[in-house]
Amino acid sequence: MQAQETPVIQMRRITKSFPGVVANDRIDLTVRRGEIHALLGENGAGKTTLMNILYGLYQPDEGDIYIRGRKVVIQGPGAAIELGIGMVHQHFMLVEPFTVAENLVLGKEPVRRGILDQKRAGEIVRELSQRYGLAVDPRAKIEDISVGMQQRVEILKALYRGAEILIMDEPTSVLTPQETTELIEVMRMLVRDGKTIIFITHKLKEVMEASDVVTVIRRGRVIDSLPTKDTTIDRLAALMVGRDVQMVVDKTEARPGRTVLDVRDLWVRDYRKTDAVKGISLQVRAGEIVGIAGVDGNGQKELVEAITGLSRAEKGSVILNGEDVTNKPPRRVTETGLAHIPQDRQKRGLVLDFDLRENLVLQSYYRHPFADKGILKPKEIDSYARRLIKAFDVRTPGPEISARSLSGGNQQKLIVAREIDRDPDLLIAAQPTRGLDVGAIEFVHRRLIRYRDSGKAVLLVSLELDEILALSDRILVIYEGRIVGELGAGEADEQKIGLLMAGIRHGEGGGGDVQKAGQTA
Amino acid sequence: MIETTALAALIYYMLRNAAPLMLTAVGGTFTERTGVINIALEGIMTVGAFFAAAVTMLTNNAWLGVLASVVTGLIISYLHGLVCIRFKANQVVSGVAINILAAGLTSFLMKAIFGSGGQLIMGDAPRLPVWSLTKLILGIPGLGRLIQAVIPENWIRFFDESIGSQVPGVYIAFIIVIIAQIILFKTPLGLRIRAVGEHPRAADTLGVNVPQMRYIGVLCSGLLAGFAGSILSISPGASGFMVGMVAGRGFIALAAMIFGKWTPVGAMGACLLFGLSEAVRVSASVILRDLPWMQVIPSQLLALLPYIVTMLALAGFVGRSTPPAASGIPYESEQ
Amino acid sequence: MFKKPAKQLKESLLKLWELIPRWLRNILSAAVRIVLDFWRENLKVPVIAIIFGFLVGALVILAIGKNPLLAYMAIYKSVFSGMRNFSETIAYVTPLIFTGLAVAFAFRCGLFNIGAEGQVIVGMFVTGYIGFTWPHLPPVILLPLAVLGGALAGAIWSGIPGLLKARLGVHEVINTIMMNHIAFYLVNWLVSDPFKAPNYQATAPVPESIRLTKLSDLFSFEPASGHTGIFVALAAAVICYFILWRTTLGFEIRATGFNAGASKYAGVNTSRSLFMAMVISGAFAGLGGALQTLGVRYRVWEMAAFPEFGFNGIAVALIGKNHPAGVVLGAFLFGALMRSDAAIQMQADVPRQVVAIIQAAVIFFVAADEIVRWLVAKRKREVVVHD
Repeated sequence: MQAQETPVIQMRRITKSFPGVVANDRIDLTVRRGEIHALLGENGAGKTTLMNILYGLYQPDEGDIYIRGRKVVIQGPGAAIELGIGMVHQHFMLVEPFTVAENLVLGKEPVRRGILDQKRAGEIVRELSQRYGLAVDPRAKIEDISVGMQQRVEILKALYRGAEILIMDEPTSVLTPQETTELIEVMRMLVRDGKTIIFITHKLKEVMEASDVVTVIRRGRVIDSLPTKDTTIDRLAALMVGRDVQMVVDKTEARPGRTVLDVRDLWVRDYRKTDAVKGISLQVRAGEIVGIAGVDGNGQKELVEAITGLSRAEKGSVILNGEDVTNKPPRRVTETGLAHIPQDRQKRGLVLDFDLRENLVLQSYYRHPFADKGILKPKEIDSYARRLIKAFDVRTPGPEISARSLSGGNQQKLIVAREIDRDPDLLIAAQPTRGLDVGAIEFVHRRLIRYRDSGKAVLLVSLELDEILALSDRILVIYEGRIVGELGAGEADEQKIGLLMAGIRHGEGGGGDVQKAGQTA
Repeated sequence: MIETTALAALIYYMLRNAAPLMLTAVGGTFTERTGVINIALEGIMTVGAFFAAAVTMLTNNAWLGVLASVVTGLIISYLHGLVCIRFKANQVVSGVAINILAAGLTSFLMKAIFGSGGQLIMGDAPRLPVWSLTKLILGIPGLGRLIQAVIPENWIRFFDESIGSQVPGVYIAFIIVIIAQIILFKTPLGLRIRAVGEHPRAADTLGVNVPQMRYIGVLCSGLLAGFAGSILSISPGASGFMVGMVAGRGFIALAAMIFGKWTPVGAMGACLLFGLSEAVRVSASVILRDLPWMQVIPSQLLALLPYIVTMLALAGFVGRSTPPAASGIPYESEQ
Repeated sequence: MFKKPAKQLKESLLKLWELIPRWLRNILSAAVRIVLDFWRENLKVPVIAIIFGFLVGALVILAIGKNPLLAYMAIYKSVFSGMRNFSETIAYVTPLIFTGLAVAFAFRCGLFNIGAEGQVIVGMFVTGYIGFTWPHLPPVILLPLAVLGGALAGAIWSGIPGLLKARLGVHEVINTIMMNHIAFYLVNWLVSDPFKAPNYQATAPVPESIRLTKLSDLFSFEPASGHTGIFVALAAAVICYFILWRTTLGFEIRATGFNAGASKYAGVNTSRSLFMAMVISGAFAGLGGALQTLGVRYRVWEMAAFPEFGFNGIAVALIGKNHPAGVVLGAFLFGALMRSDAAIQMQADVPRQVVAIIQAAVIFFVAADEIVRWLVAKRKREVVVHD
């Protein structure tokens, strides 16, 4: 259509590294005016980093950016705003106690004789709101309005500053299905108005519905970029997930025994007091690995925290080894037979300033043989630590160094060692291989399988589909706080899971008439 | 200094004691609203009090003393800001260090310059003048005559003795509170200040200069707390600088800020309450001895009143009082 | 060439070691282990800070036209020349160890105990009170009673802000400072009104039977203020180390101080840790006050101003990196400074308050050094950013 016009955005060979990972690897991106361009990829693929570079929050290590044919250096959000770029972040940049109007005009406030003109601010909000059909209440406080309205405020914020290019990071991850449809309408209308939209997503359905062009990114590289109408959901799913490192793990058939974990109709709220887990029931039996697959933010974190006693369960029950541990303190739950590899190893799994010995007894320091009547036994702790470090091959000069100085992989090995050695009946592993190199990943996987084979129950929660497929005997897919599908190891593949993760009911494929999972419930 | 009706005296002392607290609390509010904890208010007041007295004695001009207190307050608070904002150090440790430095520095200079051990006796050196609101109002042509005709003589006297003739700091404090409230809640600057304290990243993404806002906040407390110190040392009837004269007022001001939910007007209310408790102490033995229950409480114990009141206030109200969300957390821009 | 004599030396040292009674051996090896433990935690920073602090002091002295070398010589002489001077210094060092331990202990749980001042004051009073109220009790009962009373008083004084923090989340900085002022006025009133002794601005004295022996009596040199409390102080440092690194309570306190989130995940009751940290911290400070009464003051005197041990304890803890061994060293430094301020004035004609400036500068540099180290550490541990 507009093939001859200069693309409004061109990013060439953009490279950005952080310690330990290359987030963007020579990425090329071309966006034309008036198109809705989807950036598709899994978590950690590098999409947000790329857009943060475009918005000036990061500086690229290498590469150039051309806006409307002119080479630019975007030093900060202020510069991006001046170039007509606006960004709607995945985690909203809204000041909670302020009103909608105040958030909107922050930094570019209407003023009358030195005083903030609240009335004019309200008018501005109403004008923009009407012009773009985005309903918001200027006087409402952010902490009181719905997530959908918050997002509309974010969009209006960008439009107020004259954004012609709108970047939207995972815009539908917090919306209900109806709100998603409304948002897609809004996007189309903005485009009719002459704007250009880039949206980051992992949801295939929306890519198909909303975008004109899709660029697929995996592990920091562009895999392909093509017009949406020329492709299908299944093809995109395959491109997104890829046939990467073959996670070949020697795995014998599972031989499940008694039920170790029995979760019944569990309801949990997130920190914003909305329901994150909506009536989940599941069982994990001895001798099996149950994997929970799903996109980040669909309730996995809250589910695990409720099982381990760290978050409150509003309704339902958690039964471990036959004992009801619902809402019991964490130590009580672990003593009943649970170990937990937390998803954030640095914040929750380790006390980084403690040495390896102290970290290895973090869960059991108060018990025999590590302590007696409140007095610690350093010799026992030391020999235990040495034994564990050797058995789990943690690379370190000695057990007395601080955990902070270990590499990420070794830190994770430390946690795995600690939790597995406690010999719990149920081991919960949340993102156990996040940020690890291939060798460490292999190690952890082997350990988990070995643990299962010794007759224990393992609950694996992971955002890495490869991992789920390689390890699990049974796979549950979580979406918007519910289990939307269960697959045995034999019948599962990336396609099926990918669709379930993206909210599409198992059994229906691409094209028009797609029923969203959860709507019939 | 003031006789006659007990109530007028009480109000007088209440306002006079509240004024330095109010100014300091407002300064602290601005700082905390940008997300920086400022424990150093006590030290800034100390430094301000000292330099006000010292410069007044050296130059024989009380207003220069006020200027000195403000300037030194700014310098010390800038130090705190540098350490906390640029170097991202622990804000409480920095505040404590400044307090210790202030105490040491003032003692040292007092000895070195004036040869005096514990007290800077100002003797005949000038103080700030008494400002008379009463005279101002009565001086308005027409209105003044009208008031004198209509309103009974002893009402006017009551007004004069309680709020009509006060140290300048009192009037300035009230004016500052009102100005501060307007700035903080009704101007773009105030909006940005508050945004930086609640969600600095959000402000940053909109192009607001976070460090700059924080420096502004910190310097505000330097300016106001320094001036507050001068009220303590060179107000009419004040006795100059004494070691330990600030006596925890900097911390009481912090408590007032929390109690007042980080608003200037709220802090003002709390400061009036604290000022009242101190006034009760000062005037108790003389004024309130006629009240029966006053016989039982020894006057020395009344000195405890402001501190106990502070603790009770904090315990009672802090649950419902939340600080700016980013308070105490050094801000890192992404790279 | 040195191998043989070295081997012989080693053997004879070992033989000597065998001769020492087991209990003494344990104490010595414990002490060595503590010091080594501290050394490992980086001695460099405070040493640099101290050097810079003295540099600042020298600059200030120069600025008023005096000779810094004279002043520093005066410091040295007043501390080290002769047993009497050393003993006088010890008298200052003793309470500083206690307050330094108090602040350091609380800091290990992430708490700022600015209230050591008040806790010392109530400790001083309660010990004195027990002493002069029951002077006829046999010293074997009265002495421990008085000492424990002082420690308990400090523990309660610190426990109140601790409780408010653990239960209500009220910041302990303001509350402990308020408690300081309350202690000051309260004890001053008690001392000048209900418990005033005739002819003194103080209470009745504690009986001779429980007063601590002077070091000058113990070791036969000219009378000086240093007393056996110093041994108690050193023992307290060992106990502090023991609690923090050898007990489950100390483990929980340190874990909570480093990472309350991970501690909760590990099942630690972080509220209880906060409270216990404050209580134990206050007990140390109260103990310091107790020994001041029993060792130096004998009466509880009316105070014109804060005794400053508590505030200096903050500096001592910071310099000592919140480690018992460092606290002892820091206490010696600040004790020496406190001892010497009169001498500085007399011998170098420098206002004694320069000592306060040096102290403050040292603290600042310790805090500032944290910055440098923090910055360096930060670059090493940048976290991977995820989409």
